[in-house]
Amino acid sequence: MDLIFLKVLLGTMLLASSAAVVGAFSYLKQQSLVGDAIAHALLPGVVLAFILGDGRHPAYLIAGALIAGLIAHYGIGYIKANTKLKSDTAVSLVLSTFFGFGIMLMSYVQRLGQGQQAGLERYLLGKAAAITMVDVYTFSSLAILLLLGVGLFYKGFQLMTFNEDFASAIGLPIQLIRFTFTVLTVLAVTIGIQTVGVVLMAALLITPSAAARAWTKSLPSMLLIAALIAAVSAAAGTVISSSIAKMPTGPWVVLVLGFLGFASLLFAPEKGLLFKVRRAKAHRAKTLRENVVKLMFSQEERQGDQVALTKSSMQEIRAMKPQDLSGGLKDVQKRLWVVERDEVETGEKSYSLTDLGRVEGRRIVRLHRLWELYLTERLGMAADHIHPQAETMEHVITPEIEALLIKELGAPERDPHQSLIPYENE
Amino acid sequence: MEKSIEVHNLTVSYHSKPVLWDIDFELPKGKIIGIVGPNGSGKTTMLKTIMGLLKPDSGYSEIFGQPLDKVRERVSYVPQRESVDWDFPADVMDVVLMGRYRKNNLFKRITKEDRRIATEALEKVNLLEFAHRQISQLSGGQQQRVFIARSLAQQADIYLMDEPFVGVDAATEDAILKLLRDMKNEGKTVIIVHHDLQTANEYFDWIVLLNTRLVAAGPKEEVFTKELLQEAYGGRLTVLSKLGDLIGSTEFPLREPEFKEDKPE
Repeated sequence: MDLIFLKVLLGTMLLASSAAVVGAFSYLKQQSLVGDAIAHALLPGVVLAFILGDGRHPAYLIAGALIAGLIAHYGIGYIKANTKLKSDTAVSLVLSTFFGFGIMLMSYVQRLGQGQQAGLERYLLGKAAAITMVDVYTFSSLAILLLLGVGLFYKGFQLMTFNEDFASAIGLPIQLIRFTFTVLTVLAVTIGIQTVGVVLMAALLITPSAAARAWTKSLPSMLLIAALIAAVSAAAGTVISSSIAKMPTGPWVVLVLGFLGFASLLFAPEKGLLFKVRRAKAHRAKTLRENVVKLMFSQEERQGDQVALTKSSMQEIRAMKPQDLSGGLKDVQKRLWVVERDEVETGEKSYSLTDLGRVEGRRIVRLHRLWELYLTERLGMAADHIHPQAETMEHVITPEIEALLIKELGAPERDPHQSLIPYENE
Repeated sequence: MEKSIEVHNLTVSYHSKPVLWDIDFELPKGKIIGIVGPNGSGKTTMLKTIMGLLKPDSGYSEIFGQPLDKVRERVSYVPQRESVDWDFPADVMDVVLMGRYRKNNLFKRITKEDRRIATEALEKVNLLEFAHRQISQLSGGQQQRVFIARSLAQQADIYLMDEPFVGVDAATEDAILKLLRDMKNEGKTVIIVHHDLQTANEYFDWIVLLNTRLVAAGPKEEVFTKELLQEAYGGRLTVLSKLGDLIGSTEFPLREPEFKEDKPE
C-alpha cells in the first residue's frame, strides 16, 4: 500500500465522518430528504464552477456548491411558505429541477470535450481513485472545520432539533443557528460527494445516524458511532473501488453502509429485531413453565394434598399442544420446580411439585386472582369476561406491581369467583 | 396593581386567518393566572405571541413593563408536551440542563453551577432518581415534570405554561399544583393555558377568558360567572368566524400596514 493511497484512504474516511456527524442533526430533525435535495442541487453549481472558473481547483468547486446548495435550501423554504405544496413535494420539485439542470450542463461540457479530463462524472457516483492530493488536503481541512463547527454549535443544534420553540423563547439566536446548520449541511454534502457522489449522498448523511441510534441513547455517543460507521464504510468503498478498474466508489460505500445499517437494526440491544424475537421467545417459555406449575398447584388446591400427574391427566385438566407441554415440563425440571418419577403399574411418567415449584405455582394463581379482582373492582368489568385477560397478565405482572395490587386492593381474601387468594406464608 | 403582563390591541393570524382579535388586558404579579377557553379559541397562540414565537398583525405585549427582549432571562416558557419528539436521544438531566442555556453561554460548556441548579430543579419535581433515565421511557406525567423542571432551572420570575395538566395522572396533577403554589408564595407569577373549565376555578386566582376575542379578564370571582362562561363556551361567534374564513381564503390584509399601531415609546 503506497503513501498516496493511504492518504486518500484516510481522507475519504474523514470526509465521510464529518458528513455523517452533520447529517445526524438532519436525521433527528426528520429532514432526511432535504439533504438529498441539496446533494442533487449541488450538481449544477459544481459544473458551473467548472465552466466559469478553473475547474481543477477545489476552491471554485466549494464556492459553486455552496451557492447552489443555499439557493436550493432557501428555494424549498420559499416554496413551502408561499404555496400550498406540502414539504415533500417542494423538496422533490427542487431536487429534480436542479439535478436535471446539472445533467444538462454536464452533457454540454462533455460535448466540448473537456468533461473527461475534468473527471466531472466522478461527482455523480464518486470515485476515490480520481481524487487529487490537493483535493484530499482541501476537503480534509474543511471536514475538520465542520467537526469544530458542530462542536461549537453543539448546544444550539441540540436544542434546535429537540425543541426549536424553546430555543427561540429563551432568546438563543435561532436564525444564526439555523443558518449555520444550513451552511454546514451544504458543506458536508460538498465534502461527501467527493466520496459517494451526489446521487447517493443522502445515504451518507442519514444511514450512519439511523444505524447509530439503534446502539445508543445519548446524542454525543450517537454522533461518535455515526462517524465511525461512516469511516468504516468509506474505507471499505475506497479499497474495493480502487482495486477494480472503472469502479465508482459511491455504490460500494452505500452498500457497506446499508449492510451496517441493517445489521444494527437486527442486532442492536433492546431495539434490534433479533433482541425482540429472543425476548418474545423467552416470554413464551416463561408462560409455558408458569402454566405447568399453575396447573399442578391448582390441582393440589382442589385435592387438598400433593399430587402426581401424568401428561395425559394434565391434558385433561388443561389442553395444551403436546410439544408445548413436553417443553414446559423439561424447563420446570431443569429449574427443580418439578420432579419426575416412573409409575410402576402403568409405566407412564408422573410429575409432582417441589417446594420451589409450589411457591411459583402459588404466585401465578395469586396473580391471576388478584388481577381478576382488580378488573372487576377498578375497571368495572363483568366477572365472566375477565379470565382470558388474567391468563395473560399473570405472566407479566412484576413483584413491584404485585405489591401495588395487594396494597390497592387491601390484601383481599377472595377473587370475584369466591376462590381464596393464596398468599405465601399460610 | 403591579403589572406582570400587558397585552395591547393584539391581533394575530395563522396563515393569514385571524385567530385573536384585538385582545387587550393587564395581568397582576404574584398570582396563578389561567388563560381559559374552548378548543381553537387562540390560547396557545396568545402564549406564543407573548413569547415572541408568533408575530402579531397589530398590537404588542409587554412583560414587567418592557418588551420581551429586555426581560428574557426573567421569563420562562413551558411548551406543550406533545410539541416535541420524546424519542430524541437525551436523558432527563440533558433536558433540564437546557433550561440553563442562554444567549451568552451558547458556545460555552455546561458549568458545575448549571448542574447544581438543574439537580435542585429535579428535586423540586421529585424526579431526581430518574435523572439518567431516557426521556422516551418516561410516562406522560413524568415528561411534563421534566419540562417544568427545565423551566424551574431557568430561575425566572414569570412562568408561561402551555397545558401542563394535559395527560398527567392525578398524583402528578397534585404535585404540579403544589409546586405552583410554592412558586406563587415566593412571589413568582405563573400563567397557564388551560382548557378544562371544571378545574379552572380551583386552580387559578385570576382568569383570562378567551374565545378568539377577549371575553373577560379579572379575579376569578368576577370572571367565573354563568353569563361570561356561556359567552365564551356557548357556540361560535358566527359572523366573526365567517369573516375570519373569508380573510383567510382571500388573503385580504387584516389591517393596512400604515395603520399598524406602534408601541408608544
